Amino acid sequence: MDAKNLIAWRVAQEMQDGAVVNLGIGLPTLIPNYLPADISITLQSENGFLGLGPVSGEALPGLVNAGGQPCGMVPGGAFFDSAMSFAIIRGGHVDVTVLGGLQVDQEGNLANWMVPGKMVPGMGGAMDLVSGARTVIVAMEHSTRDGGAKILKRCNLPLTAAGKVTAIVTELALFRFIKGVLTLTETAPGVTVETVRARTEAAFAVSPDCKEMQSPALPQK
Amino acid sequence: MSVPCKRITYAQLRSHFHDGMSILFGGFMGIGTPDGIVRELLASGVKDLTLIGNDTAMVDTGVGILVANHRVKKVIASHIGTNPETGRQMIAKELDVDLVPQGTLAERIRCGGAGLGGVLTQTGVGTIVEEGKKKITLNGVNYLIETALRADLAILKAHRADAKGNLVYQRAARNFNPVVAMAADYVVAEVDELVPAGEIDPELVMTPGVLVDALILAEEK
Repeated sequence: MDAKNLIAWRVAQEMQDGAVVNLGIGLPTLIPNYLPADISITLQSENGFLGLGPVSGEALPGLVNAGGQPCGMVPGGAFFDSAMSFAIIRGGHVDVTVLGGLQVDQEGNLANWMVPGKMVPGMGGAMDLVSGARTVIVAMEHSTRDGGAKILKRCNLPLTAAGKVTAIVTELALFRFIKGVLTLTETAPGVTVETVRARTEAAFAVSPDCKEMQSPALPQK
Repeated sequence: MSVPCKRITYAQLRSHFHDGMSILFGGFMGIGTPDGIVRELLASGVKDLTLIGNDTAMVDTGVGILVANHRVKKVIASHIGTNPETGRQMIAKELDVDLVPQGTLAERIRCGGAGLGGVLTQTGVGTIVEEGKKKITLNGVNYLIETALRADLAILKAHRADAKGNLVYQRAARNFNPVVAMAADYVVAEVDELVPAGEIDPELVMTPGVLVDALILAEEK
């Protein structure tokens, strides 16, 4: 199982039955593939509906996900306008948002919407999602492409939101913010705490219950 | 069937175009944007436009065409990343871009149409979005004061309209359309289907016709 699928699998195990969830584009869209059989969630798409699902049969006019790609809708879905969509998001009616990150820091700050002078796509719905969702999970690869740390003492890119991150899932580790403290609670199969420490700039606590993640694609210990 | 009273032609719409005007547009990645009206704007030669809406689509879709043809002097949007021309012109200082969180954008436009001066939101607190804005603390929570937005013209895409301008949208093509319908001096909807008054169940009307000044039957593609 590659890094992205391992991350998606682990995030999927966090989902509670009945949760309303918004998934960012990219890696988070892999998460529904790994939901436990007894867990059913409702996906919110910020362009204006609940009940996002895979395309079944022919794509329908106007039915696209927040990336503008054709998608499907599960029975019991609902369409609404952008003001309602973001009332749902900001108003705490979305239980979980999962999105990628460029940087996260030990204060729970997230930066994922611009690199000044290089990449300025805009924040889209990310700031509202991170501000309003009850649980904010950052699902990202642990390091930058050239091996640099992404989990930092202090983000140096413009923030998406301050102090809102609940958990970080990478191909090496699962961190949770417990009473405001960044805490390592799981390591990926075969990964040591020392490896996580070497590749993480942020200061973090190690939970006394820290354990190794299980993974369906890797030998169980 | 009598000719619907609010129906006009693309050519008649041109009298509402002028250089330097502001335009609110419906659409998310071009889905829900009235392509015929965008083509008419392009063909009319009108320039120095201020565009207000979710995103600038792609170089060859939605309002992206207007950006690519240098008709736009300012964009107020939540996302420009899918149209590289918007970013290029912004960096070259040919185009002024104001990036606004998507939920805040929807709410600012809603305020503009709802007789409200602005809205308080936690979205953007602790980020560069708060720069230059007034802040207020209520019951211990920090909010930004986000002010109302209006425009000279709003351009909508609806699936169905009746003669009085009552609108029904199609699936996720609704998005910003009902919001921008409230907030401009002149509101025009491009529709796939026009029916006599009374043929849309009042229970199912999504935008009341009183908000809509004119209807254009979409050109066959």
